[in-house]
Amino acid sequence: MKPNLLKLACVFGLAASTALNALPAAAKEEFKVGIVTFLSGPAAGPFGVPGHQGAELVIEAINAGELPAPYNTPGFAGARLAPIFVDEAGGNTKQVAEYRNLVQKQGVDAVIGYISSGSCLSVAPVAEELKTLTIIPVCGSPRLFEEGGKEYVFRTTGHAVGDGVAAALYVRDKFGDAPAYTGINQNYAWGQDSYKFFDLAMETINPDTKASDNPQFPKLFAGQFGTEISTLSLDKAPLVHSSFWDGDMEAFVLQANVRGFFRQKTFISTLGASAVDRLGKGFPEGVVIGTRGEYGLLVRDMDSPLNRWFVDHYKEKYGEYPLGPSYQYAQSILALKIAMDKAAEAVGGFPGQAQIIDALTGLEWDSFGGRISMTLGGGHQAVHPVGYGITGWNKDSGEPVATDVVFYPANCIMPPEGQTGIEWLEAGMPGASC
Amino acid sequence: MQLLFTILLDGLVYASYLFIVAAGLTIIFGVMKILNVAHGGFYAWGAYTAAYFIGSASEMGFPDWFGFLIIAGSALAVGIVLGLLIERIVLRRLYDHEEILIVLATFGVFLILEDLILLIFGVNPYFAYQPMVALGSVEVGGIFRDVYSLTLFGVALSVAAGSWWMLTRTRWGKLITAVIHDREMALIVGINVRRLFVVTFCAGAVLGALGGAYIAPTVSVAPGFAVDVIVLSFAVVVIGGMGSIPGALIGALLVGLLRALAVHKLPELELFVIFLVMSAVLIVRPEGLFAPAKARKI
Repeated sequence: MKPNLLKLACVFGLAASTALNALPAAAKEEFKVGIVTFLSGPAAGPFGVPGHQGAELVIEAINAGELPAPYNTPGFAGARLAPIFVDEAGGNTKQVAEYRNLVQKQGVDAVIGYISSGSCLSVAPVAEELKTLTIIPVCGSPRLFEEGGKEYVFRTTGHAVGDGVAAALYVRDKFGDAPAYTGINQNYAWGQDSYKFFDLAMETINPDTKASDNPQFPKLFAGQFGTEISTLSLDKAPLVHSSFWDGDMEAFVLQANVRGFFRQKTFISTLGASAVDRLGKGFPEGVVIGTRGEYGLLVRDMDSPLNRWFVDHYKEKYGEYPLGPSYQYAQSILALKIAMDKAAEAVGGFPGQAQIIDALTGLEWDSFGGRISMTLGGGHQAVHPVGYGITGWNKDSGEPVATDVVFYPANCIMPPEGQTGIEWLEAGMPGASC
Repeated sequence: MQLLFTILLDGLVYASYLFIVAAGLTIIFGVMKILNVAHGGFYAWGAYTAAYFIGSASEMGFPDWFGFLIIAGSALAVGIVLGLLIERIVLRRLYDHEEILIVLATFGVFLILEDLILLIFGVNPYFAYQPMVALGSVEVGGIFRDVYSLTLFGVALSVAAGSWWMLTRTRWGKLITAVIHDREMALIVGINVRRLFVVTFCAGAVLGALGGAYIAPTVSVAPGFAVDVIVLSFAVVVIGGMGSIPGALIGALLVGLLRALAVHKLPELELFVIFLVMSAVLIVRPEGLFAPAKARKI
């Protein structure tokens, strides 16, 4: 009798667990989410604080049901999102500890965050180990999904391959006759990868424009770039690529501008748009800037209801315009809401994590800047157009503007599923439709 | 030739910056035998104070040259106020304890100073580029240079000359030399060592704050930007010999010139070069190039 009882118990247990998985979870009034962004350090001003503000604005609006249609239902599957803001400064080891703390001690339901590639690459394996839904809004390293599929990790923005290819396309369209290019990028994975992607994309897209043999890789947060500016000035290449993104971008611009650098060289900054508003009149005109997506200065005048709502409400609440990271964090929050609402509808109640993950996988939605599709990384990696423009100054409004803005579609700038960025670029970008 | 000249000039500008930052650290160590980790805090406070007031003065319509007065005023005010407070509240209680305890205490002070910055100035960066823009640029050796960076030579030379004059030509200098040579003997002959310590610590703090205040117009003054400065100035001081002003000068020149050479010719080595120099010097002269001679005690 005993073995039969055991079998029966096993069968019953299996059936019960299958049934439980299909059933909605108990309804919640509050959904706890850890929001990680730089709240201190040189990345706080241009990236962390705008990201924090973007997240805060949209969380408050969704909790109150005040977003424009079709997102005007209150809450996340009806629950109020309770954010716990955490500082991303302090290095990768600290981030892993903070992540474990959020999940294991504070019991968050999900984590949204990480700007630095170092942070997101360190935290992603821990997210998988702890089986916790983690949505990454900014971090740009393509390695996140190239180094193995993820079940619990999603990224709602494109990555550095798209930045580099779109920059090379913009060079082709605007500066096609330039004889050579060089670069200044930070000496760590992000800076080196970014230059490599641009370099490889240039080989395919602009084969007549030659690479300099002396690109610069100063230390992260070096602050002083006098010698590098001299080296770039002596280099005959008229184009200079840079993926500077934090206080280094602002320091470089200040030091280079007073030396007339931007009158001699065309500076192509993949993420520099965050510095434009901050430096105001101190930012030079004629610089090529990008925002990795339809964000910030490049879409400031775009007249869609979602964008108008975001720009106007952000300006009203914080007294400044939303930057790229503001859009990116807001976009992640929005993705979570859409997925939770969709999952709730499918299960007819409050969704569990597995159901939210199902709904997020391959999701397509209209975000504040434009349409986002989670088509890569097994439906966990977003794609969208990436654009560049040229900085200018509107004397009437006393504000910076971007002119000559061009967006390149995702199927032209991102590698296809199953191929790493480097493989795709080295093969000459097969299948790119542009 | 143009390249050589550019490397030389870039190296000298960077060396001037390094020397200004390292001088205060080495003076404090030379006299008080304290490795002052809070030096980075003086640097950050100097930078924030200068950036804040330069920005405010610019908004209020003061002329751009006024920024130079603000830089000097910020360095003096920050150095004297913080120097006095930290010496009185923290260091004075620890002079009789082991050196390692004092280093840990200054590290604690550094963290407090950093957090106070976050509390008072917030996380957003400050910009104070007006003095740099006001001085404009000049063509030297075929490329444009900002005049502001070139004035770093003048500041570094003034600091070096001022320290030399102070230590060798004044009564205070002679007293300090006596304390450096043998603290116990100096006490026995009636030198007020405690008072000398206060003056020395404040002077070192003013130099640290001056480094930050002078560099503020060229950077984005943001939280945490002073951490690297401790590492850099420590390396320079170790190369030159801890406690030696000429040592700091030579250490800064060595690092500045070799770094410029690396950036121009082998950029991959830029990160490494400062520590390469440090290791090489320590292998040959473990006490640094110009470590002050020590009296042998029996």
